[in-house]
Amino acid sequence: MEYKRITLFAGHYGSGKTNIAVNWALEMKKHEERVMLADMDIVNPYYRAKDSADDMEKAGIRVISSFFANSNVDLPALPQDIYAIVDDKSWHAIIDVGGDDRGALALGRLVPQIVEENDYEMLLVINRFRPLTRDIEGISEVVAEIEAACRLPFTAIVNNSNLGAETTEEDIISSMNYANEVSARCGLPIKMTTVEKSLYEPLKDRIPGLFPLSLQKRPTEF
Amino acid sequence: MSEKVLMKGNEAIAEAALMAGCRHYFGYPITPQTELTAYMAKRLPKMDGVFLQAESEIAAINMVIGVSAAGKRVMTSSSSPGISLKSEGLSYLAGCDLPAFVVNVQRGGPGLGGIQPSQSDYFQATRGAHGDYRTIVLAPDSVQEMVSLTVKGFDLADKYRMTSMLLADGTLGQMMEPVSLDVGEITKYDKPWAATGTKMERPKNIINSLSLIPEELESWNLTRYERYKIVEENEVMYEEYMMDDAEICIVSFGITARVSKNAINEARAKGIKVGMIRPITLWPFPKKVLCEAADKVKAFISVEMSMGQLIEDVELATRCKKPVLLCNRCGGVIPSPQNVMDSILEADKIGGEQ
Repeated sequence: MEYKRITLFAGHYGSGKTNIAVNWALEMKKHEERVMLADMDIVNPYYRAKDSADDMEKAGIRVISSFFANSNVDLPALPQDIYAIVDDKSWHAIIDVGGDDRGALALGRLVPQIVEENDYEMLLVINRFRPLTRDIEGISEVVAEIEAACRLPFTAIVNNSNLGAETTEEDIISSMNYANEVSARCGLPIKMTTVEKSLYEPLKDRIPGLFPLSLQKRPTEF
Repeated sequence: MSEKVLMKGNEAIAEAALMAGCRHYFGYPITPQTELTAYMAKRLPKMDGVFLQAESEIAAINMVIGVSAAGKRVMTSSSSPGISLKSEGLSYLAGCDLPAFVVNVQRGGPGLGGIQPSQSDYFQATRGAHGDYRTIVLAPDSVQEMVSLTVKGFDLADKYRMTSMLLADGTLGQMMEPVSLDVGEITKYDKPWAATGTKMERPKNIINSLSLIPEELESWNLTRYERYKIVEENEVMYEEYMMDDAEICIVSFGITARVSKNAINEARAKGIKVGMIRPITLWPFPKKVLCEAADKVKAFISVEMSMGQLIEDVELATRCKKPVLLCNRCGGVIPSPQNVMDSILEADKIGGEQ
């Protein structure tokens, strides 16, 4: 697999960007020497990429995250080392962008350099089972808002349609129509379809570009 | 709308409120409930509704008073410090006998506290602000129940002309679960008391909480408490879990009830007979079922994310017939199943000594 130097995951709030970014970083690390995962989410107070920081560091992946992520401090701050993403081209960088246009706004400061270097993929994460992006109108609106906020156009789609722990094989198969519609409407290819890893085996021969996900652990069981 | 969708708790409350017929939302963003405000900002303008981000929490609750007085379904939402700011308005709503739906997605306190989850506004929710009044307090333990209790909350508010409060916590607000948005029939209530304009056809409706005559104010309170009595008789909700043969009874609501269920399952595997009574209405509190349980079990455990608030209602309801242990974490920390298990083992010992 040829990776672009910068891979960005953006999309609607709660579409699954963080889980995918974490898993994609682990996958990329198998092929690339220097991989960094940057948590640029300034919107979400809980369930951040930082939850997986230990796993990432064990795998040798550099994690860039706000000092305040998952803390008791409600500061939408970004760490200064986010500039390493664009300044140090010896690394492959994965960026977990915050949800919706509000989350994507913070990306804007890096966009001129990302565009100039022109070695990036901007991936739109979609989930058919999220109520505000169930229809094409809803997702089109989100796409337009995010692109306007960060000024970086999407290059492909990640179909992450799921119903959490209740997701069935049928749900994934039926989501392909939706993903194809979004693809046609937005003029973007489908890069991959992501599923929780227990669904990977039964579906891998039926869905092209299937990528298995291990889900981030919750801080406590409930 | 029978197909399930994947929603955050905060979003699910907002969507359920829209399905319950709420078209007026006034609020001010605060973590960890902001997604509710954001969802309303997106949806209400498209539904011919009113979304207004007020200049403060105090302004927002007073806008709620105004819309409710006009007979419309209306809500506001916030998190702990924001609810404190709204508390004057909550008392005014009660004094005016106005229905309203209020959401508190709790965070750690006191003061500014933090943004991680908590249940330490239990006293505030169940006891309320100044004056003699009651609030119906609903405590969901899943995103699905956030949907059903939001719809229920609007219904109870209109039915009894009271404020009903959904008392959630940051974890429930932030977590995502599959939900069905099939909420069933929505009951519409006549509101002959609403200030909608007399059209010169009826006497004026005056919405007011001020009385210049002490005896008159007393009589308003007495009448109001007659209504509260009906609520206490008819609207108590709770869930019993493995209580048939239980010797230890956990009492817990919201997210800690889920943690407790994990611990109960583990304890049962070890042969310890433990069950749970989960209050779904924190007011009216399920006193009767707890008092009856006190004659059967050897001990109670109050599992809560506060410094011992729920435990006081458990002790009152059970008339202190049996020891009540406290299993708690606070400040934004969720008890682990192991914390609960430790208390179960302790309760098991105490019972043995008697």
